[in-house]
Amino acid sequence: MLSWGLQMKELKILAVVIFFTAVVYFGVEPFAHSQMHPHVAPADFAFKDLGATEKKGDAAKGAETFLSAGCIGCHGVAAANMPAPMDNASASATFGVVPPDLSSAGAIYDKNFLAALIKEPTKALKVEHKFNETRPHPMIQFFGLGGDLDQEVADIVAYLQSIAPASIDDKKVFADACQRCHDMKYDKLMSTTDKTALMAYMGTTPPDLSVMIRSRGNEYLTTFINNPQKQLAGTSMPRVGLTEKAQNQVVAYMDKVGDRKKAERESLGYKLIAYMLVFTLLAYAWKVKIWKQVH
Amino acid sequence: MAEIRKATGFIDWLDQRLAVNKFIKVMMTEYWIPKNINFLWAMGVVLMVLFMVLIVSGIFLLMYYKPDIKLAFDSVNYTIMQEVEYGWLWRHMHGVAASVIFLVIYIHMFTGIYYGSYKKGRELIWLTGMALFGMFSAEAFSGYMLPWGQMSYWAAQVITNLFGGIPVIGEALVVWIRGDFLVADATLTRFFMLHVLLLPLVILLLIAVHFYSLRVPHVNNQEAEELDFDAEAKKYLDGKKVESKVVPFWPVFLSKDFFVVGVALTVFFYLVCFHYDFAMDPINFDPANNMKTPAHIYPEWYFLWSYEVLRGFFFDIGGIAAMDIGLAAFGFANVIFMVFPFLDRNTDHVAPAHKRPAFFIWFWVLLVDMIVLTVYGKLPPTGANAWVGFGATIVFITLFIVLPIITKMEAKCCHGGCK
Repeated sequence: MLSWGLQMKELKILAVVIFFTAVVYFGVEPFAHSQMHPHVAPADFAFKDLGATEKKGDAAKGAETFLSAGCIGCHGVAAANMPAPMDNASASATFGVVPPDLSSAGAIYDKNFLAALIKEPTKALKVEHKFNETRPHPMIQFFGLGGDLDQEVADIVAYLQSIAPASIDDKKVFADACQRCHDMKYDKLMSTTDKTALMAYMGTTPPDLSVMIRSRGNEYLTTFINNPQKQLAGTSMPRVGLTEKAQNQVVAYMDKVGDRKKAERESLGYKLIAYMLVFTLLAYAWKVKIWKQVH
Repeated sequence: MAEIRKATGFIDWLDQRLAVNKFIKVMMTEYWIPKNINFLWAMGVVLMVLFMVLIVSGIFLLMYYKPDIKLAFDSVNYTIMQEVEYGWLWRHMHGVAASVIFLVIYIHMFTGIYYGSYKKGRELIWLTGMALFGMFSAEAFSGYMLPWGQMSYWAAQVITNLFGGIPVIGEALVVWIRGDFLVADATLTRFFMLHVLLLPLVILLLIAVHFYSLRVPHVNNQEAEELDFDAEAKKYLDGKKVESKVVPFWPVFLSKDFFVVGVALTVFFYLVCFHYDFAMDPINFDPANNMKTPAHIYPEWYFLWSYEVLRGFFFDIGGIAAMDIGLAAFGFANVIFMVFPFLDRNTDHVAPAHKRPAFFIWFWVLLVDMIVLTVYGKLPPTGANAWVGFGATIVFITLFIVLPIITKMEAKCCHGGCK
C-alpha cells in the first residue's frame, strides 16, 4: 500500500498540473473570448428606442384602414384570403426581397415595433445606413389617410393581431420571420427570395442558418436577432422586431436543426461518464492489490 | 531452423513459431520500470490511448468525409453530425482527443524537462519525442483544415503563407505547398492525404522508435537515481519485490496506468459530451468563405505560444522588417526544443529540477512564460497586449540563450552536480 506521504506528494503534483491547466484554459477560452467579443446590453424586447403609442387600436376599423392604405399592393395575407399580388420570382425582381405575408405578423412581431415600422420602416428596421432618399427602402412609409396617424396605425396593428393565429409552431415562426432571406439547408428550407436579387439587395448573400446555433450560440443569437447592429455594426441585416416569445421559438428551431443530436449527446454523456467511473474504481482497486506486493 | 515438436497447446504451438513467451517477457513481464515514479509517468500510456481513440474515431469519420471543397463542410456537419448514427460522437471524440492530446504532450514534455529525462543517454528519447511533437502538430494542422469551415480556411491561408518568408524560394514554396495560388481544392485534397495516410504512418513509425529508444537507457525516476536494472530485476524475480527498486511493465506499472487512464477518460468523455467548444471552435461551424475574413484569426490553443512568438516583434528593428524578425523568432521557437538536450551543458549528472537551484527557477520561468505567450497569442495584438507579447517573446528567447550558461555553471560550481 502506498504510504500517506507518497500519496500526498502525488496529490500535490496533481494540484500543480490542474492549476496550470486551469490558468491556460481560463486565459484562452473565457478570458480571451470576453476580450474579442465585448459584452453587449441584453436584448430589448420593448424596443424602447421606438417609443410606445397610447392609442388603443380598433381591429374592425383597422381592417378598412389596412385595405385603404394599400398594404395588399405588395403584401399577401393568406389568413384573410388575400393572396400575394406577385409570385416570388417577380417579387424578388421588383423589390429585391419578397415582401412577407402578413398573416402571422400580429403574433410574432412586437406591436410597438409594427407601429413604428408602418410609420417609418428604415428607422424601425435600423437600416438607415443603407437606405435613403436616393435609394429608397422598398416598403413605402405610411403617411396616414388624413385622420390621426397614430390612431390609424394602432388600428392596423390591432387588425393584424386579430387575424394572427393564437399559436404558431417554431418552424413556422422561422419561415415567416427569416426564410425570405435565409436558407435552412439542413431542414430543406430555401430562401423565398431569388438568390441573385437577394445578393443585389443585401450586398451579400445572407448565410445559411443550418448550424448557426453551433457557430454563434444561444446568447449571441438572442442579442443579435433582437438588434443586429449591436453585435455587428453596419450589417445589412435589418432588425426584425420579433417578440421575446417568437424569437425564442426561432432560436429553439435553430437549435433543433443545427444541434439535432443534443438530447442524445447529453443522455449518452452521463452513461459514458458513469461507465468510466466504474472502470476507474475497478482499476484503482486492482492497482492497490498489485502494488501491495511491491511496497 | 528451430526444432519443432508436437505442441502441447495453442500457446506452445505459437511459441515454437513466434517465441511469444519470450516476446511477452521482453515487452511486458520482464520490461523493468523504476518503482519510484509518480502519476506523471503514466502520461505516455495516456497518450497512446488517446492516439488509439484518434485512429479509431478517424476511421469511422473517414467512411463519410468527402475531401472536396464543395462537399466537405456538409459531409462533416450534416452527414456525420446529423445523419450517421453516433457520427457526432466520433467527431466530438476526434476533435476533443486532438486537443487534449496536446495538453498531455505538454505535460509529458515538461515532466521530461523537470526530471532531466532528456540527457545522459536519453537524448534519443527526447529527440524522437520532439519529432513526434512536430508530426502531431502537422497532423493537427492538416486535420483542422478538413471540415472546411471559416477557421480551417483562414488558418490554412495564414500558416501556409508563413513559408513565403523563407528567402529566395519562399514564394514558389507557398504555391508548391498549396498546389494552387490560393488555399483551394487542391490544398484540401493534399492535406487530406497527409492527415489520413502519410503523417499517421510516420507517427506510428516514430512511436515505435520512441519506445525502443527507452529500452537501453531505461525509464528515469523521481530522484533521477541511477539504477542497476539487472541487479534490481534479479531481486524482483527472486521474490524480493518490496526491496527491489524496479517493477515489471505488466502488470505492476500498467495497473497504475489503467487507473490514470480511467481518470483521464472520465474527464475526456465529460468534455466530449458537455464541454467541447474549446476543441471545436464555434467559428469553424461557419462554412469557409474566401470573401469574408474573420475578425480574429487564431490557431488552436496548442499553437498559440509559438504563434505569439511570431507576432511578438511587431515593429521593425534596425531596418529589418518586423515580419522577418518574427519569422526568425518563430523558426527559433520551433527548433529550440529539438536541441534541448544539447543546451543543457551539465551533461554528466541527472537530477530533478528541485535539486538544481538555477535550473529550477529556469524551469518555472519557462512554464509561466509559455502560458503568458499562449494566452496573449489569442488576445487581439493591440495596445498593451502587443507589448506583453513582445516581452514574453524576449524572455522566451533569452531563456534558451542562458540555459547553456546556467547549466555550465551548475556543472562547475557544484562539482559536477547539485545533488
